[in-house]
Amino acid sequence: MTDRLTIAGRDFDSRLFLGTAGYPNQQVMLDSLAASGTELATVAIRRISLDGYSESLVDVLGDRVALLPNTAGCLTAKEAVLTAQLSREALDTPWIKLEVIGDRELLYPDVEELLRATEELVNDGFVVLPYCNDDPVTCRKLADLGAAAVMPLGAFIGSGMGIRNPHAIETICARSPVPVVLDAGIGTASDAARAMELGCAAVLLNTAVSKARDPVRMAAAMRDAVAAGRGAHGAGRMPVRAFAEPSSPQLGLIGT
Amino acid sequence: MSAASIRVNGREEPLAAGSVAELLAGRGIAEGARGVAVALNGALLPRRRWTETGLAPGDSLEIVRPIQGG
Repeated sequence: MTDRLTIAGRDFDSRLFLGTAGYPNQQVMLDSLAASGTELATVAIRRISLDGYSESLVDVLGDRVALLPNTAGCLTAKEAVLTAQLSREALDTPWIKLEVIGDRELLYPDVEELLRATEELVNDGFVVLPYCNDDPVTCRKLADLGAAAVMPLGAFIGSGMGIRNPHAIETICARSPVPVVLDAGIGTASDAARAMELGCAAVLLNTAVSKARDPVRMAAAMRDAVAAGRGAHGAGRMPVRAFAEPSSPQLGLIGT
Repeated sequence: MSAASIRVNGREEPLAAGSVAELLAGRGIAEGARGVAVALNGALLPRRRWTETGLAPGDSLEIVRPIQGG
C-alpha cells in the first residue's frame, strides 16, 4: 500500500525530514540520515570561511537526499528573503524552510515578518515551508498566502519538550488545506509518533537525533515512530472511556 | 577605511580584484562551483553575472554556502 506524502508536486515515501546539525561527527550524520530513511534534509546558509578550505556539505551529501535550505537566524523578512534567494542560487532549489525569528532566546517566529516573507517568496516562485507558531489562525493565513505546507512548532527549537499543545496541533491538522509538518520540539520517538497520530503529514526534527546518546539508533527509532504514528492515525483510535470496559466476554463466567 | 577597500563577509580588505569572478577565483571559487552564492550590496548577484560585475570601493560582498542546519 502506498501512502505517499506530496508537497508541491513532489512525492515522499518517508514522512520524516531530518536536520544535519549537531552530530558528533560527519559519519554519524550520514549514518543517521541513512537510518532515518529520510528523503529531505535541512541545511543552513552561512558565510564561507575566508581562512581556508573546508569540505562542502553539498559534496558530502551528494545525491543521498534532497536538501531543504533554511533561513535560520533571520530576524526580518528582508534578511529571510535574501537568504532564500541565495539558497536557491547555491542549491538550485526553490524549496525553502522559512524561519523568521522574533526572539533570539526563544527562537519563536515573528508572525508579521513571517507572513510578509511568505508572500514575497511565494510571488517569486519559491516553494515555501514556513516554521510557525502552533496557531491555527497563523497557519491558515500562511496557507492562504500560498505556503506549500505549514510547519507549526511542537515546543521551542532544540528543547526536546515534545508537543506542548497537542489540541492546537490536532486542530491545525484537521483544518489545514496544505500538509502540516510538525517542526521543532520533538524529544524522543513517542513525540514523533504522537505528532503523526494528531494528523501531521510529516515530522521535521534534528536535535532529538543528533544529541541522542546513539544518534543512528535514534534515527531508526524515529523512522519507525513516524510510520507507527501514521498507521495509528489512519487506523483510527478507539474512543477514550472514563471507566473500565471489560475486554473479555461477561457471559459464561463460572460460578454464576 | 582606505580609499579603495571593500567588505567581504563583513571583513574589510583592499580592493584588488577587477570583478566579482576574479575575487572569487582568488579564493578558489570557480564559476562552476557547486553550492556557492553571492550577494553584492544586499542583493543576490546571480552566477551568470559574476564575470561582468565590477567592484567599486565601499562595496559589500557576501559569499555563502550551505552548512549543517536544522
